[in-house]
Amino acid sequence: MIPPLRWLPMPVLSLLLLLVWLLLQQSVALGQWLLGGVLAMVIPVLCRPFWERQPRIKHPLKLLHYVGRVLKDIVVANLEVSKLILDPRGRMRPAFVEYPLTLTENFPITILASTITMTPGTVSAHLRLDNRTLLIHALDVADIEGLIAEIHQRYERPLMEIFES
Amino acid sequence: MLDMLLEGAIAFMLIAGGIFAFIGSLGLTHLKDFYMRLHGPSKTTTLGVGCTLIGSLIFFSQENGPVIQELLITIFAFITAPVSAHMLAKSALHHKLKPDPRTRGNPQELESDRPKHTVEEAPQGNSPLP
Repeated sequence: MIPPLRWLPMPVLSLLLLLVWLLLQQSVALGQWLLGGVLAMVIPVLCRPFWERQPRIKHPLKLLHYVGRVLKDIVVANLEVSKLILDPRGRMRPAFVEYPLTLTENFPITILASTITMTPGTVSAHLRLDNRTLLIHALDVADIEGLIAEIHQRYERPLMEIFES
Repeated sequence: MLDMLLEGAIAFMLIAGGIFAFIGSLGLTHLKDFYMRLHGPSKTTTLGVGCTLIGSLIFFSQENGPVIQELLITIFAFITAPVSAHMLAKSALHHKLKPDPRTRGNPQELESDRPKHTVEEAPQGNSPLP
């Protein structure tokens, strides 16, 4: 990882901003690099007070693997939700599920909650920070324990390995 | 040959995007309670928008060189959709909107200390559809 410096508190965010700037400008001219570089340095310094802590990515390769898995799951989840919506008999088994979190840092929890909303027929509804559970609403679930185990196995464990282990 | 393949891919993406967006909207009108309706726009419509954008990306790349900006729109849509869905669900819980009676699980957020008020209107009444 690139170590954070005083004038460059969030190197990864800066890199991302520069990349987004170049993509938006559709050009790799020197002027765009300079302007993007200045923005990428100034914006993190200005918004630094809003950030808690730089998340530390320990296994970038596993992160890529995770992104691939989530993209695939988004398509699968969409087909499932579409099937449920179109099913004229409407045999849905909605449920509120309380998911016990083992992640402790805020940034990985945010990613987990977003993943849960995007993927398996579930929306993360409420994060209780006091007792560290995530309230999930599922559209159609037969086995609540199974859903919890699946989310843990499929999403939370890799996130733990990437960010916290 | 390649042109035909690309055109096929564009057509497929546009049609798939349209179908997904339509199903998402159908879910928005036909599902029973607020929490279930949230699933339509948060997932299906996002993928619909994603597919349409990828189709448009291929089309414009074919016309005048690689265009990547539209990929950014897709990425931003995928980042913001879960956040807005989460905020909507949170405010629904705050208002203690009643979930469908078939819903299992009774979160403490929905247990009210005051008498329950129904903010939820059900325009379809007892439609046979989900």
